[in-house]
Amino acid sequence: MNIFKYASPVSFHPLAGKLWPWFAALAILFGAAGMYFGLVVAPSDFQQGEVYRIIFIHVPAAWMGMFIYLLMAGYGVMALTFNTRLSSMMMEALAPTGAMFTALMLWTGALWGRPTWGTYWLWDARMTSALILLFLYIGYLALIHSIEDTRRRDKAGALLAIVGSVNVPIIYFSVQWWNTLHQGSTISMTAAPKMAQVMLLAMLLMTLACWMYAIAVAMVRVRVIIEERGELRTGHHDGT
Amino acid sequence: MMLAVGVLDAPERGFVHALSRDLRLSMRSRGEVIQALVFFVIVASLFPLAVGAETALLQRIAPGVVWVAALLSVLLTLPRLFAGDYSDGTLEQLALSPYPLTVIVGGKMTAHWLMTGVPLALMSPLLALQYGLPGDVTLVLLFSLLIGTPILTMIGAIGAALTLGVRGGAVLTALLVLPLYIPVLIFGAGATEAAMTGIAYDAHLSLLGAGTLLGGLATPFAAAAAIKIALDGS
Repeated sequence: MNIFKYASPVSFHPLAGKLWPWFAALAILFGAAGMYFGLVVAPSDFQQGEVYRIIFIHVPAAWMGMFIYLLMAGYGVMALTFNTRLSSMMMEALAPTGAMFTALMLWTGALWGRPTWGTYWLWDARMTSALILLFLYIGYLALIHSIEDTRRRDKAGALLAIVGSVNVPIIYFSVQWWNTLHQGSTISMTAAPKMAQVMLLAMLLMTLACWMYAIAVAMVRVRVIIEERGELRTGHHDGT
Repeated sequence: MMLAVGVLDAPERGFVHALSRDLRLSMRSRGEVIQALVFFVIVASLFPLAVGAETALLQRIAPGVVWVAALLSVLLTLPRLFAGDYSDGTLEQLALSPYPLTVIVGGKMTAHWLMTGVPLALMSPLLALQYGLPGDVTLVLLFSLLIGTPILTMIGAIGAALTLGVRGGAVLTALLVLPLYIPVLIFGAGATEAAMTGIAYDAHLSLLGAGTLLGGLATPFAAAAAIKIALDGS
């Protein structure tokens, strides 16, 4: 048996079907443990009080939002170089989850910012880049949903994700540059208070929960995409 | 393939051919070029009406306003790059021609910039006058537009090629392209603003120039790939 077997949608479909409940169960498990440590065990912060606990979802969401975009670009490279349909399907399956995490990062960030800095939104370099990242996700989703031909949709989406990912560091540095020139506020977000061991544990558990959730959801979604495209009906054929 | 051997030694002829053809086409429908310019001026003229006409305020927002107006105006002209050639089948013939599509795309981009970016930059002193910018700042604005607008054309070409023949094309192109325009906006408006506050602006301009050079190397390939994707799919 070789691992490339599962590069075919037809053979990946049952594998994903078998795996996703496990990932979902792990997500619930890690999520429950993370919330227990984060909300019950971890002490309240002496500066920020209870509100800092939003960090346990905010930081994992931020990591996932950024990582999933890179993952999509990686799948995009595979889709264009190896011409594998499953890679494009994975991109399509991951994009809504990535966009969701990015939106969650912005939303929880706003909710956290209000009590701690007294404002929902700052044109800070990180927040601005996060917003642009959300725009990039929306652009990708808008593009693939307006192209009907699946072959073209796959390749166009892959190319856009690659172009976008090349631009992500440029956007990040330009926004940072812009921000240092337009020093509007003196709030430093990098000066996080030193975290207690238990807080770190809770954040790690929540990150794992987000990972497992993303994998489970992507697998369910990719199964739907495979079924929608009628891959199972046409029988077994690799490549295009 | 055999056919290609004879001309491959001169791929720049494909560039010149595409460039001169597109320039000729634009010259024959000059209205479109002028419309984009008028749009540029109108958008920039809306801002004083919206925010008030105090000179200090206008001077402060001028670099950003002019750059945003230029960005939107380039965005509106993007369909001119490939859409016409796509709908009448010319683009397919260009893709089949012995010249590399990348080179042809490069020629088309250059023509597009000459017909949008350059006129916009030349028009900008007029807006600078409206906004009461001093002369030396006006020059920086003009220069930043001159070396920054090629990037707008180049990134826009990728977006325009990806959305060829797609329903809702214009808005979709804007969604794809505008987030990628942000660095250009930051450095372009930043240069002008720096000139106005009297600090060094050459770093901004250097970065814009570097972006134009890098984009010139990379984006024709990406746009050509996007065109091939669009042609294969239809």
